[in-house]
Amino acid sequence: MALLLGGCGGPLSALDPAGPGTASIARLWWMMFWGSAAIFLLTMVLFAIVMLRPNWGARVSPLRWIVCGGLGLPALVLPPLAGYSLWTGEALLPTADRDAVRIEAEAAMWSWTFRYPDHGGAETVDILHLPEGEPVEIHLTSRDVIHSFWIPRLTGKRDNIPGQVNVLWLQADGAAGEEGAIEGTCAEYCGIGHAAMRFEVRVHPEDKMEAAIAATPRGDPPRMRTELPVPAGLPVEPLR
Amino acid sequence: MTREKDAGAPPEARDPIRLHKALTRIWGAGPGLARLSSTNHSVLGMRFMITAGVFFLIGGILAMIIRAQLSTPQSAFLGAETYSQIFTLHGTVMMFLFAIPMLEGLAGYMLPKLMGARDLAFPRLTAFGYWCYLFGGSIIVLSLLFGVAPDSGWFMYVPLSSKPHSPGVNSDVWLLGITFVEISALTFATTLVVSILKIRAPGMTLGRMPIFAWYMLVTSLMIILGFPPLILGSILLEAERAFGLPFFDPTRGGSALLWQHLFWIFGHPEVYIIFIPAAGVLSTIVPVFARHPLVGYRAIVAALVAFGFLSFGIWAHHMYTTGIPHMALAFFSLASSLVVVPTAIQIFAWLATFAHGRPRWDVPMLYLFGFLWIFVMGGLTGVMVAMVPFDLQAHDTHFVVAHMHYVLVGGFVFPLLAGLYYWLPLATGRASRFTLARPGFWLIFIGFNLTFFMMHLTGLLGMPRRVFTYPGHEGWMWLNVLSSIGGMVLTMGFAVILADLALHARFGRRARRDPWEGGTLDWAIPRPPTFYAFASLPRIETRADRIDPRELGRELAAGEGYLGDTRNGWQETLGIHVTTGEADQVIIFPRQSYEPLVTAATVGLTVLAMLFKLYPVAVAGFFVVSAMFVFRAQSAGLREDHGPLPIGRGEAVPPHTEAESSPPLLALVVALVADGTILASLIYAGFYNWLVAANWPPPELARGGLIPVALAVAALVAASGCARGALAALGRGGNPVPWIGAGIFAGLAVTGIVGAILAGLPDPRSHAHPATVFMLVGYIGLHAYVGLLFLVSNALRYRAGYLSARRRLDLRLTRVWQDYTAVSGIVILLVVLALPALAPLAEGRP
Ligand code: HEM
Ligand SMILES: [Cu+2]
Ligand SMILES: [Cu+2]
Repeated sequence: MALLLGGCGGPLSALDPAGPGTASIARLWWMMFWGSAAIFLLTMVLFAIVMLRPNWGARVSPLRWIVCGGLGLPALVLPPLAGYSLWTGEALLPTADRDAVRIEAEAAMWSWTFRYPDHGGAETVDILHLPEGEPVEIHLTSRDVIHSFWIPRLTGKRDNIPGQVNVLWLQADGAAGEEGAIEGTCAEYCGIGHAAMRFEVRVHPEDKMEAAIAATPRGDPPRMRTELPVPAGLPVEPLR
Repeated sequence: MTREKDAGAPPEARDPIRLHKALTRIWGAGPGLARLSSTNHSVLGMRFMITAGVFFLIGGILAMIIRAQLSTPQSAFLGAETYSQIFTLHGTVMMFLFAIPMLEGLAGYMLPKLMGARDLAFPRLTAFGYWCYLFGGSIIVLSLLFGVAPDSGWFMYVPLSSKPHSPGVNSDVWLLGITFVEISALTFATTLVVSILKIRAPGMTLGRMPIFAWYMLVTSLMIILGFPPLILGSILLEAERAFGLPFFDPTRGGSALLWQHLFWIFGHPEVYIIFIPAAGVLSTIVPVFARHPLVGYRAIVAALVAFGFLSFGIWAHHMYTTGIPHMALAFFSLASSLVVVPTAIQIFAWLATFAHGRPRWDVPMLYLFGFLWIFVMGGLTGVMVAMVPFDLQAHDTHFVVAHMHYVLVGGFVFPLLAGLYYWLPLATGRASRFTLARPGFWLIFIGFNLTFFMMHLTGLLGMPRRVFTYPGHEGWMWLNVLSSIGGMVLTMGFAVILADLALHARFGRRARRDPWEGGTLDWAIPRPPTFYAFASLPRIETRADRIDPRELGRELAAGEGYLGDTRNGWQETLGIHVTTGEADQVIIFPRQSYEPLVTAATVGLTVLAMLFKLYPVAVAGFFVVSAMFVFRAQSAGLREDHGPLPIGRGEAVPPHTEAESSPPLLALVVALVADGTILASLIYAGFYNWLVAANWPPPELARGGLIPVALAVAALVAASGCARGALAALGRGGNPVPWIGAGIFAGLAVTGIVGAILAGLPDPRSHAHPATVFMLVGYIGLHAYVGLLFLVSNALRYRAGYLSARRRLDLRLTRVWQDYTAVSGIVILLVVLALPALAPLAEGRP
């Protein structure tokens, strides 16, 4: 339990929010966690009682057991849960009244190319720059197989699928200027380079974005990619 | 059970020993290698279970290799390439070669014994299914030794698994091997449906069946409806890989998501297909240890049916991250969470049974406790991942790995171990010693929780599944170390269980009848089970889990039930009316034979030929196999009319060859339901690509042409008319051969016209649309071809004297087949005509 509550940090932790998306999902998770713990305990206690105190449970008719446990319990738990979850899901959707910054994330075996049409049209490889506190609309595409774009500290994942464009909304509220605090990864298995298909996320105040993008060296992979043992010279082809 | 005294032979005339010897001469499997020809359900059921157990060990070793690799960051033990083959094979072996065959084996072994029958409906088909499973499974596992094992994950997502990105033979091994194994599952499911509906002890109405039979009925129907989409998907993907038909290629009008839909329409029911039989085992055991009949029999059956329906409506919860529309997400999320209801009904029915009984504690109960603990946790994390926002985080991480193992191991392996210890005295005839069963349990239970609980946490900390290693700064390391230690404890637990089984086989003392005081028919037979299972068949007057096996067992052994004597050296059992449960036929099983082995081996060679791209050999193999099926049918059935045969207790019923509703007819209908599901999936694929794929409309539309279509419809209707004519002629005592000849002519016409239509299509490699039309029209051709096989067989068998005005089964089967071919053919032709008309609609889509 201490492990669970204590060590929630980490550059890829879904329990250490750095934006509103993950914050609301993490709230949902903690709610479900405590609810589940309660239901689990309830079931185990009931089992212990019926095994050890046969007479206690026999006072309740079989039909009532089945109706209360099989219909009553789910009826009590599911509607609020589903409602809260739908509400959380709505909050992850774009808010119409704000203009979002547009960024393109093109996946290919096995690296990420990010383009910034709203910031001068430059591109970076395996390093994503995000404006702090601004809603961002990420357009996801793939050049080959299915990949999945995931920054656990900011929001849930969304797949890059060849032949279609998926859009993901996110916002980074914190960690501006902290290098290595937020990472992203490919979440869908995409071949032998999958494990190495990670990227770094750097958050800047909006007015420093363009400079940061321009200053990003090309062909210089971020740290966590070089740290992986890629013995047979994993063919991470640089894009174009 | 209430039994009236048999008015026939006086009891002293019956001698159990003589009866046993006579039945063993008829039913016994040969010694040594002759065993390979056995078609007996006990032999085959055990063989399925042992083979599945071996595959479980193989999958377990692969799991240990995975855990060893992941235990430390930047591990250099395995490379990415090897790792990909190992996790893919682990998942594939566990799901397709362990879980499904294990439950099939268990059902095949137990069902006849629980339902008071001497064998399953189609012994030779069961044997054929076993060999298909063994050969298909071996191809898949052996591929690892050659370094060409499948490597795109157990759900084989395209385009990763398609030709440009997987040029090797790896994906073909999966597609061909798994399809081979799935055909085995389909034949087995058909056998089970028919056996459960038609082959029970007289008096056992549906409402009196032991509850396990209900679980297996639902499971088998789910297999019948759930496996065809994947079989179709695999055929399409193999056609794309081998011949370039672009069903999944977005550059040519295909769609990558189509594969995911087809896979998960299969894949989600698959998980319940694994769980439901295991729950059936528990429902059989719970009342015995609660010392109280199962409460809520009807509620449980209703919950099972609900389970079956729901499971087909929630496949897209595996696809929340693919960008499917928001409203669809909400629907699938709600439907998925509804699964809680039947699950909770099931669990509370067990708790209520304990609450009303006088529970006692023994080794099977230990495993039941393990089940409850682990499965409830897995169910709760299941509700979590059904919630879309949370799944967007958890999907494709080790959280999901943890969830699915909690459900699969908790919901399948633990109940299976409970069942193992429960039925061991029946299978071996030896009393359980249980010296090591308890330490084994605790090792498995603690090891399991240690291994997989940690994975929830690594998943939440962002560890994606299927990564072969990780840099190590993410905070995953200690959790992974603990998880791998847990894996070792778990493995030790299984080793202890194996040792326990060895001790049991070596030192176990002889068990008495019904050691657990169960109330089901399986305990009324000799232990270990004899080949014929029941020396005579019981009559059931109460729910079949409330009988007294000790008393009944003695009576049955003395031949006091039905069929308590031998006749003509026939392997006999009773068929009953589906709902009334009254005996309506004597089913006479075919003799054991090597044909299933030979046929399956030929199919296996055909599969290998496809794997090695020796297509001429594959085509030849296809024709040889067709010929074998025709040839094999030649010896089935009887050459004379017998009329009603006495079955004891003053009743007489006809042999199945003369019965109104004999098992093969029902089997054909069930098989056609599966076949129709394949067709429906194909049509779905056509429309799906039309509606959502990129690069539509196609450069050139595939049009069938009105005249060929009209001709084809006429020929199809004529073929079906001829089948009816032949049946009517035979019924009047006339000669059906002229009608059969005309039917052959009509069938040839269908194949000819279909060939012409196919030849006139645009190149099916150019676009998904002509490719789909090619498959659809080919479907008609294939069915017309099989119809021809039916007709040839009919003519031969009429000549050989197997058909008469009373024995019309063959022609009935042909009629059903030809009717299906005509109806499905007309539907297909209409779809083909309609598709181009839809072209303008496709213009306006997003
Ligand atoms: C006996 C102990 C077992 C252990 C220690 C174990 C371990 C694992 C691990 C660590 C993975 C994740 C691999 C990865 O994502 O890199 C995995 C995947 C999987 N396991 Fe197990 N497993 C066990 C038993 C089972 C059983 C009994 C089943 C099914 C009945 C099963 C089915 C699967 C499936 C379907 C996958 C997914 C494979 C894929 O991603 O393609 N496992 N297992
Ligand atoms: Cu990837
Ligand atoms: Cu599912």
